[in-house]
Amino acid sequence: MTFQSATGRIPAGTTVEHGFSLRQYLVCLKGILVREGLRFLNQRERFVSSLVRPLLWLFVFAAGFRQVLGVSIIPPYKTYVLYEVYITPGLCGMILLFSGMQSSLSMVYDREMGNMRTLLVSPFPRWFLLVSKLLAGVTVSILQVYAFLAIAWFWDVTPPWTGYLLILPALFLSGMMLCSLGMLLSSMIKQLENFAGIMNFVIFPMYFASPALYPLWRIQESSPLLHKICLANPFTYAVELIRFALYGQIDWGSLMVVVAFTVLFLGGAILAYDPSNGLLSRKQDTGGNA
Amino acid sequence: MQHVKANDAVSLPAALDVSAVNHSYGQKQVLSDVSFSIAPGRFTVLLGLNGAGKTTLFSLISHLYNTRRGAIRIFGHDISREPGEALRLLGIVFQARTLDLDLSVYQNLSYHASLHGIGRREAVSRIKTLLGQIGMSDRLYDKARSLSGGQMRRVEIVRALLHRPPLLLLDEATVGLDIQSRAEILATIRQLVVTDGISVFWATHLIDEVEDSDHVVILHKGKVLADGRVDDVVHSCGVNSIGEAFAMLSGVASVPAGGGSQ
Repeated sequence: MTFQSATGRIPAGTTVEHGFSLRQYLVCLKGILVREGLRFLNQRERFVSSLVRPLLWLFVFAAGFRQVLGVSIIPPYKTYVLYEVYITPGLCGMILLFSGMQSSLSMVYDREMGNMRTLLVSPFPRWFLLVSKLLAGVTVSILQVYAFLAIAWFWDVTPPWTGYLLILPALFLSGMMLCSLGMLLSSMIKQLENFAGIMNFVIFPMYFASPALYPLWRIQESSPLLHKICLANPFTYAVELIRFALYGQIDWGSLMVVVAFTVLFLGGAILAYDPSNGLLSRKQDTGGNA
Repeated sequence: MQHVKANDAVSLPAALDVSAVNHSYGQKQVLSDVSFSIAPGRFTVLLGLNGAGKTTLFSLISHLYNTRRGAIRIFGHDISREPGEALRLLGIVFQARTLDLDLSVYQNLSYHASLHGIGRREAVSRIKTLLGQIGMSDRLYDKARSLSGGQMRRVEIVRALLHRPPLLLLDEATVGLDIQSRAEILATIRQLVVTDGISVFWATHLIDEVEDSDHVVILHKGKVLADGRVDDVVHSCGVNSIGEAFAMLSGVASVPAGGGSQ
């Protein structure tokens, strides 16, 4: 095992380049995207399970409840719609929600295993690294949503073709918001074992206290308190944004809320992972000895 | 305990300059007023028992943690104020294995290259060259999971060298390896100092990894007890070996020597 001038020798005291070129930023972004993609491909069961969950809701739950839970004409729908048509945008949101949390789970795992360190000691700005990681996670989850929509099409969930295109920015924004939330949560979780709490206290409440399964007006009729909780839930606005986009419309109110929460969660995550803030450095959590 | 400063002759800018660094986890102080310098092109050993604060110090140097009290400069670049410039000059091998086991050796290395803005063509060239030099060209497309502990460590060393840093940090790089792998890795790193003029900061708790010609920083319970050439530290303590010097300064009866896998 020998190196022959392996390092290319940088003499001590040599002037160091400052900053990076746009090309170098793109190289870094591409590297992070490729790695996330490779990890996803290497974990095929992750892809399958990400589809099985919403498909079960669509095939089993919606089929069973379609007679009980007919949905009247509410925007963006122009006619009465079947229940499976109604819950499809919510199930798209569900994929993004679970994927976002899975992404945060992988960050906790990476931190425990030490892989996160290789990312965090890159000389690129910390915010850029985290946003790149976020983009990688969102890209993977959007691919999952499109795979789900392709299968749902055979189940007579057939939104207009333009909807498949217009949903993309809605999925991107919603994905960014949910992955940012996941990233923020991952900074607060010390050990992988604590992640079960996230499932019980974040994912399920966010999903069920939203219009993913029932229209808000129905929730308001049955429980005004639950309706208020739904209105305070950012996932509500992600689902509505996706629902309207799938039918070629923009729900401006939801759009603004989603953007605002994305900025809030992303800012919090960047602050939490910024060593100058020191949130991580107050805990012995990166897998080494003292 | 006494603080021995055996060698004050440090050329500027230092490869690594740690100045009055303190760090605590909550109420627990793990580093207290830690100061030392590493001259360029020198093999420096950070010697300390488990729990001495070595990994925390490495986390501060590599900007995983922020330096709240004191300053750390890498070739004159303050890690808190100019993290990008400082981290460009730093190659790091962490104590914990940090290869992604589900990815191939090539994928792991090219990922690291991209994190330093190195384009694909250049990255492929460097990866093949470095892997060839450690006799692992044939493992390029093998999953990291299939490598032995020693091979993984070598790949991590290659990874740390990919962006051609003039300062290399290795945190307990031989932990968990057999005698032969330990010896090979240590010899390789020492050779880098000679052939490339690279500065190496080698953290260990094993006395037998220290040679008389090395520079040594002895860290114990978060404090620097000695900082200088090994033979100078030994001479200053009036003992016969660095092991005895460590025992005398720290008050610890026996010091681990290594010898087998950990």
